[in-house]
Amino acid sequence: MALPNKPLGELIAVKDPEIEEREVDVLIVGGGMAACGTAFEVKKWLGDDQTVLLCDKAAMERSGAVAQGLSAINTYIGENSVEDYVRMVRNDLMGIVREDLIYSLGCHVDDSVHLFEEWGLPIWKLSEEGKNLDGKKGQKVGTLKGGAKPVRTGKWQIMINGESYKRIVAEAAKLAIGEENILERCFIVELLLDANNENQIAGAVGFSLRENIVYIIKCKTMMVACGGAVNIYQPRSVGEGKGRAWYPVWNAGSTYTMCMKVGAELSMMENRFTPARFKDGYGPVGAWFLLFKAQTLNGLGEAFAGSDAAKAELENYAPYGTAAITPTCLRNHLMLFEMKEGRGPIMMDTVSALAKLGETMSKKELKHLESEAWEDFLDMTCGQANLWCAQDCEPEKKNSEVMPTEPYLLGSHSGCCGLWTSGPDLDWVPDAYKIKADNGKVYNRMTTVNGLFTAGDGVGCSGHKFSSGSHAEGRLVAKMMVRYAKDHADFTPSLAQSNEELVDLVYKPVRTYLEHCSYTTAVDINPNYLKPKGMMYRMMKATHEYGAGTATFYQTSNKSLEIVMDLLQTMREDCEKLAASDLHELMRAWEIYHRIWTVESHLRHIQFRKETRYPGFYYQSDHPGQDDENWFCFVNSKYDPKEGKWDIFKKDYIKIFTD
Amino acid sequence: MPSFVIDEKCDGCKGGDKTACMYICPNDLMVLEPNSMKAYNQEPDQCWECFSCVKICPTQAIEVRGYADFVPLGSSIMPMLGTEDVMWTCQFRNGLIKRFKFPIRTTPEGQANAYLDLKGQDIEGPLLATEEADGKELCAPDPAQLV
Repeated sequence: MALPNKPLGELIAVKDPEIEEREVDVLIVGGGMAACGTAFEVKKWLGDDQTVLLCDKAAMERSGAVAQGLSAINTYIGENSVEDYVRMVRNDLMGIVREDLIYSLGCHVDDSVHLFEEWGLPIWKLSEEGKNLDGKKGQKVGTLKGGAKPVRTGKWQIMINGESYKRIVAEAAKLAIGEENILERCFIVELLLDANNENQIAGAVGFSLRENIVYIIKCKTMMVACGGAVNIYQPRSVGEGKGRAWYPVWNAGSTYTMCMKVGAELSMMENRFTPARFKDGYGPVGAWFLLFKAQTLNGLGEAFAGSDAAKAELENYAPYGTAAITPTCLRNHLMLFEMKEGRGPIMMDTVSALAKLGETMSKKELKHLESEAWEDFLDMTCGQANLWCAQDCEPEKKNSEVMPTEPYLLGSHSGCCGLWTSGPDLDWVPDAYKIKADNGKVYNRMTTVNGLFTAGDGVGCSGHKFSSGSHAEGRLVAKMMVRYAKDHADFTPSLAQSNEELVDLVYKPVRTYLEHCSYTTAVDINPNYLKPKGMMYRMMKATHEYGAGTATFYQTSNKSLEIVMDLLQTMREDCEKLAASDLHELMRAWEIYHRIWTVESHLRHIQFRKETRYPGFYYQSDHPGQDDENWFCFVNSKYDPKEGKWDIFKKDYIKIFTD
Repeated sequence: MPSFVIDEKCDGCKGGDKTACMYICPNDLMVLEPNSMKAYNQEPDQCWECFSCVKICPTQAIEVRGYADFVPLGSSIMPMLGTEDVMWTCQFRNGLIKRFKFPIRTTPEGQANAYLDLKGQDIEGPLLATEEADGKELCAPDPAQLV
């Protein structure tokens, strides 16, 4: 056998890739729900002389968080008021949110849901007798837009048959924007500021995952919507199972890092999400609570969440803890309390729930109910269904364990970290929430960098938009970008860097590899470089142990934060020596780089906020409890690309809607 | 729960214009080995078990084996993706088999209405193009509910 000191991988990277230059008015970076919304909307506003391009790291048909489907649309306003939607989001996120952004989203989200149904997404309906009809049978009672009633699980969520949700949404997006304006398998890795105009976005660089090509793309305006950040902490499963992340494993924090690095202001990066899910398979629990009315039990078989002790604990976090719907972090908090007191594990009582429902149902209805329970997994977390099969677990006969996961960063689910963006230019929106561009105009969802927009997981301080809200937000941004490009018709983007400098930046891990790989007899161990996999384990270990990971029941402290910041600083330095031998590994190199910057920003914010705002998501042991007097505000941060320094500061929260 | 390719069944999509699994994998895991003209999963511990490759494979050559670190052997779940429905066969470790059929879409594939001819009117206004076309007005906060 030959020595393993040659490049591995099927698509070998070369030292000098080809360069492909593009120039467009509007650049869309990402291909998930938000970017599909933008792709659908953009040409409806684009002038005949304006151009657009979309770059997706994967294939739009199955990219982003909805790749394997969803069993519900979590945001549909319908018969509810948008004001109440704002109140729900505000309460779940412990009071500190951008009510203007949430309200603005709530005004448009239903229009996207109506489009999904028109395009062919099967949406469950209620029959006149109040029975659930699946998406196919439900067609007989009409469309949501026509006034038919959806099947609600909870106040805001509607049930769907969503295996092909992303395929359907991507199909409309691709038809609308045109195949010729899409680059799939193009991973954008750095954004570029304009050479002549201060704080103006001018382009981006990336590379092809299929050929040795570096893309240098200039634009007048851009949206970055590449999802949240996954596997920035050591996951609970560290072997093959680390792929079974709750959120999509390919979300690498690219949105936050790329925007941060050109100086865009971040907000609430201390916020995180550690969802409680079925253990290891990470299947959804929402339908079990809301549709099947199941309870969770502690190891002693007690329904702890309804106990007097739990109620007393929730009182400490009034008004959030005492609201009709307990905030997600506090539900985790109660669960963790049981576990720490030795009363774990926590079990979902599927047996009693299904037995109780069975009391009033016919055999046929029960069979259908069983099918609904399995569909909940098969539509969005196939692996959980297999785990139940492997464990011989039939939910009507055997209960399943529930466990809070490793931490995730996102802005569209039950979390709200992201970029600080402008609210809409409406009279009820406070001036402090409007970001004025260089021409004095306000562009909804623009970041603090002129011409740079984001949506979905990228927009901070406004969680609970989910798939439908992300799509609607992407559409809003499409219109704003076209407006921005029209208003800046005279602006010609120019880059400060030469093409050769940009290629050197993007292909640096390849060049490092090729320069040194023959020094040792095995490519993975070489003193001159580090492979991305090694760096990934190093980051995971550090955040896991010091940064409020699962190792410490999500606790950190001043001293721990000091240590982890030191470790991350060294990691950023060592990232200069990342090495990649093939195109797939080059993607991994850039992903770990994006993850390290993102998680550092997360910890920097936790370090700054001297309270524990989200018990159950993380605990700052030196500052337990909430401190409304000093910390009822946003925490924002800004990286200065010229100086290479961070600034972190408080930003006033302004209440817009009454309680 | 990484996907794997059955050697005998994979033909590398020789007759197609692209290698289906390689085209679809959201995490860039599936690759074609050009000498054998067969695909494989190059990084099984980054597999999200989304089943995109399983569903798209024209020769049903791809299946999934549960993650070694927590899934006992012996079970399987297999989808058959049709144009209107997906059929799942779920086999338990103890041999029990359950089958489920769920709708996936209500319109013919490829015919989603992209509103190709729709043009927005008021670029300064707050409405999306379809909202404008429907004659919708932007919702405004109820003054009584403003602080």
